Amino acid sequence: MSLELLSYAAFFLTMALSFAIICLGLNVQWGQTGVFNVGVSGFVAIGAYVSALVTTPQTTDHFGGFGLPIAVGWIAAALGSGVVSFLIGAVTIRLRADYLAIATFGVAVAVQLCALNLEPLTGGPFGISFIPRPFGDLAGSPLTFSLLNLAVLVVLVGGLYFILQRLARSPWGRVLRAIREDETAALALGKNVTMFRLQAFALGGGIMGLAGAVQGHFIGFIAPDNYQPILTFQVWAMLIVGGSGNNRGAILGAIVVWGIWAASAAAIGGLVPAGEQARAATLQIVVIGVALCLILLLRPRGILGELRVVSRHLDARPPRAGGVPTGKLRDAENS
Amino acid sequence: MNPQALMDGLIAGATIGLGAVGITLTYSILRFANFAHGEFIAWGAYFALAAAGLLGATFGALSAPIAPFSFGWALPLAAVAAVALNGALALVVDALLFKRLRARNSTVIIMVMASFGAALTLRNLLEFTFTGKPQYYTSALQIAVRLGGGIRATPDQLLSLVVALLVVLAVHLLLTRTAIGRAMRAVSENPQLAGLAGVNVRQVIRIVWVLGAGLAAVAGVIAGLLIQIRPEMGLDLLLPLFAAAILGGIGSVPGAMIAGLIIGLSEALAVAAVGAQWRAAVSFVILVAVLLIRPQGLFGRAE
Repeated sequence: MSLELLSYAAFFLTMALSFAIICLGLNVQWGQTGVFNVGVSGFVAIGAYVSALVTTPQTTDHFGGFGLPIAVGWIAAALGSGVVSFLIGAVTIRLRADYLAIATFGVAVAVQLCALNLEPLTGGPFGISFIPRPFGDLAGSPLTFSLLNLAVLVVLVGGLYFILQRLARSPWGRVLRAIREDETAALALGKNVTMFRLQAFALGGGIMGLAGAVQGHFIGFIAPDNYQPILTFQVWAMLIVGGSGNNRGAILGAIVVWGIWAASAAAIGGLVPAGEQARAATLQIVVIGVALCLILLLRPRGILGELRVVSRHLDARPPRAGGVPTGKLRDAENS
Repeated sequence: MNPQALMDGLIAGATIGLGAVGITLTYSILRFANFAHGEFIAWGAYFALAAAGLLGATFGALSAPIAPFSFGWALPLAAVAAVALNGALALVVDALLFKRLRARNSTVIIMVMASFGAALTLRNLLEFTFTGKPQYYTSALQIAVRLGGGIRATPDQLLSLVVALLVVLAVHLLLTRTAIGRAMRAVSENPQLAGLAGVNVRQVIRIVWVLGAGLAAVAGVIAGLLIQIRPEMGLDLLLPLFAAAILGGIGSVPGAMIAGLIIGLSEALAVAAVGAQWRAAVSFVILVAVLLIRPQGLFGRAE
């Protein structure tokens, strides 16, 4: 029994951490740079499909099936999604914030439409199955299998966190935050604002693509229905709950919101008769929707809030009273 | 070119235009892109469904179809009720959420995010209450009439087209010819200055919500009558609505209606040319093209 519990805990954390990767990507775009992306699900989908096409065994159902190693698929997913993000960004990044939101929402709709209709490439509505799972030959002993998968995710999230923290404290990261706080001032300091925003957009998109690939390989099956706007919404809820602008907050938010999601799913599974479960599941989304609105109203900085990060040569610490008014600016923006 | 595609496009475009007029009004006065507007369309359709069912159950005679249309008097009466209920719903959502965010000068993005949250909540409440099964106002079948030139349309479709155009004309006159319309235009120019000049900004905001949600209810009833009623009907319309509002120029009522018709026509032509599965891509292509080439839209002013 306790083994089952451990196995489930590992499964839960693996899923939560795969969401944490998406969250870290969104944090680069929105938390650090202030680029508003409402098309998260589209970029995740691109990564998932690229990796699936590269790594699945040869097949006649769809294009691809190169049977390459999983690691190659993940790298291809991050690169592919990053390149697509760069191209989309090159066209749209100059747009006003809310126009960019509408445009990226359109990107997600378009990506899902392509996944659904480009059957020779994507397998159409049935998606792609037989995606190789890491340590798939150990699937016979579920516990070892789940723990190993969890270990992969922990290493991946830890590595990404380390890299993104370094980036946030680098001169490059400081420019991003300068753009977020005051675009005109950054421009006046001679920074190529468009180029920096584009770089952040592409980097964030690449990370989301990686996350899509990881999720696809963990579950072993992808279909267009996995990439509905609800996914975008979940990730946004995670980032805002955890604390936008804070990489630790992004990871924590993913675990908390995924926890609420899984717990409410379990509650519905246990309390509601089988015939009514599909209907009750809609209440799950209502709960998350209300929670997001409440967080925006009551604690817009999220659980952790943003730490004042100036340079890797200085320790991160909360904004001092009377010090550099970074925190104050954030307050003004969020409140 | 297939003349029937033109007719179908115009009819679909009328619904899009009605919704886009609501979006353009709320956008220009509340100053954020409201991702929940599509849900008002769906709620309007379901409000009318519930009201028509209630009316039909109480006064059976109201359900008898009025020739040559497929529905009885219950539906137009229910549509009026839906407009009122939808306006009330918009005011409740505003009081619970957007008003509070406005009170603390939240950024545009926080408002957009909140509207995203409100959209999911509203849509799933709808799906919970009415289930995801498609529903219809009437099960009566209609025979399309020939209009000459190889074009056919059902009486319901023609009536919807006329109603949509009349409603938009009425909104246009309201905005350009009345005191409240002038107040609304003043607030969309500059809320602070309008307030200083004695315009009751809060009242204008309430009127805009009611007006936008009322138009959405009409659009929802038309879409529900001509196609079907589903909880996702608003979500599916969202991208065409935004595309139409931006193509028409934010703040321009005739622009939004004309752009809605353009998008409806483009979709119909695309369906005829490359197949129905790519319909949703049309709005995206138009949207991106407008944002790149002429971000102020056809009838908007450059910033």
